[in-house]
Amino acid sequence: MSVFRSLQDAIADAVHDGNIVAMEGFTHLIPFAAAHEVIRQGRRDLTLVRMTPDLIYDQLIGAGCAAKLVFSWGGNPGVGSLHRLRDAVEHGWPRPLALEEYSHAALATAYDAGAARLPFAAFRGSPGDLARVNPNYRSVVCPFTGQVLTAIPAMRADVAVVHAQRADRDGNVLIEGIVGVQKEVVLGATRSIVTVEEVVDSFEGGSPNACVIPHWAVGAIVVVPGGAFPSYAYGYYQRDNAFYLAWDAISRDRDSFRAWIDEHVMRAGPDAFARRGTQVA
Amino acid sequence: MHSRGAVHRWRDVRYSPDELMTVAAARCVSSEDVCFVGIGLPSAACNLARLTHAPRITLIYESGTIGARPAVLPLSIGDGELCSTALTTVSVPEFFRYWLQSGRITVGFLGGAQIDRFANLNTTVVGTYDAPSVRLPGGGGAPEMAAQCQQIFIVMPQSRRAFVERLDFLTTRGHGAGGDERQRMGLRTSGPVKVITDLCVMEPDHESRELTVTSLHPSVTRDQVQSATGWSLRFAADVPETAPPTDEELAVLRQLRLETENAHKAKEPA
Repeated sequence: MSVFRSLQDAIADAVHDGNIVAMEGFTHLIPFAAAHEVIRQGRRDLTLVRMTPDLIYDQLIGAGCAAKLVFSWGGNPGVGSLHRLRDAVEHGWPRPLALEEYSHAALATAYDAGAARLPFAAFRGSPGDLARVNPNYRSVVCPFTGQVLTAIPAMRADVAVVHAQRADRDGNVLIEGIVGVQKEVVLGATRSIVTVEEVVDSFEGGSPNACVIPHWAVGAIVVVPGGAFPSYAYGYYQRDNAFYLAWDAISRDRDSFRAWIDEHVMRAGPDAFARRGTQVA
Repeated sequence: MHSRGAVHRWRDVRYSPDELMTVAAARCVSSEDVCFVGIGLPSAACNLARLTHAPRITLIYESGTIGARPAVLPLSIGDGELCSTALTTVSVPEFFRYWLQSGRITVGFLGGAQIDRFANLNTTVVGTYDAPSVRLPGGGGAPEMAAQCQQIFIVMPQSRRAFVERLDFLTTRGHGAGGDERQRMGLRTSGPVKVITDLCVMEPDHESRELTVTSLHPSVTRDQVQSATGWSLRFAADVPETAPPTDEELAVLRQLRLETENAHKAKEPA
């Protein structure tokens, strides 16, 4: 049953040291404001799950929150490397990072199985050397046709964190545009936090097929306008591609990264996102 | 198709290796194709094709945007431009299960940090997996793309660092160890059918599936191609010159890149 909370309380209650945390949003609706709160609260030893770690996990990894990363593509989209991720893997800074690596098709299917509360996902795959370094790649024989399929465990997080456009007063959640794996990660997780751009009286007038997660399937809802910045919220503000380009230089160097985190995360709060979001609206 | 005189005129046109690769890639697709489009050069090539000879081509980005018609090239595979111009947008699990795995996508473009003679690709690590000298982004959509798109085109600049005797990591299987390995693994798709570099075009040999040079770009020699390759290269019996970009292709591509650069540089007004 969804409950409206402050961001500070929602993170403090749901995200504990050592948890498996999946903050999703496929390029769109990435819950940056919630991640910054996790950094401010100094969470440690998290297993971070996300198809595309993106800047959000580059920041969490560089800030020392993660012990392990579960992912399928770890770059800065259209720009290049995630330098904090690379520094952790290549040099163990600020701490070593264990990897559990999949392809997109594998991890997307694992989330799908998680939402269905099935134990594993099967797909037609050709995993190459990934199967050598990730023991979760197994195979299963179809009992009807004898076909051999690739099998991986369902992905179910302790905590799912996503951003959405709107909640209504009852706490139902509306997601429009690129919906990614938002619904799957929330339905598969034990606890969930949804940050939203705004609360509306009702969703009337929208498409009957818009992605709605019913209030009884959601944990905490937090109103954070601009909370997906510098990614975007379809219908609210655009992706700040210039910031994604600028992140390359900010994150390349440990000191400039720490200075950025200090100024924009440690000495800021969720309301800073409202200003950033409107800058690009 | 073009007169000899016109070819001579185009030789005077200045174009970059990147432009030649993009145009050569664009020419691989038609209006009948359903393309799985990656960011960067493949996105430029597919949209160039859409704006020139393939107006009815279907472009799908792995963010689930089906039938996208972006006015400027996206920086990421999930830019709002893709969703607002798409015919429909589906979830990521639906995209990979219903649309890719079912075999409905005809063409995919791939690249990588390393490629071997059987068009297998590495986008995971340079060095060992546990202690890499360079950690690369990883597989993303590529492993299943290569398995399930009907045909794969690979586009990447050629150098000894990238065209290697042995991959550090096999992220994406092309033709495996060659021969009929794909069929033996139960793959019913063609896999890589062409590799387009900044020096030449290669295609897999019919039997061995080893990459064979089938055309050289204008003014490129066999020695140049060999010295940019980490294995002893095979050349087809007949190796013609790759057709250079036309004036129209270059004009459309440059306009697209210019508009893209302006769009990503500035924060757009509401």
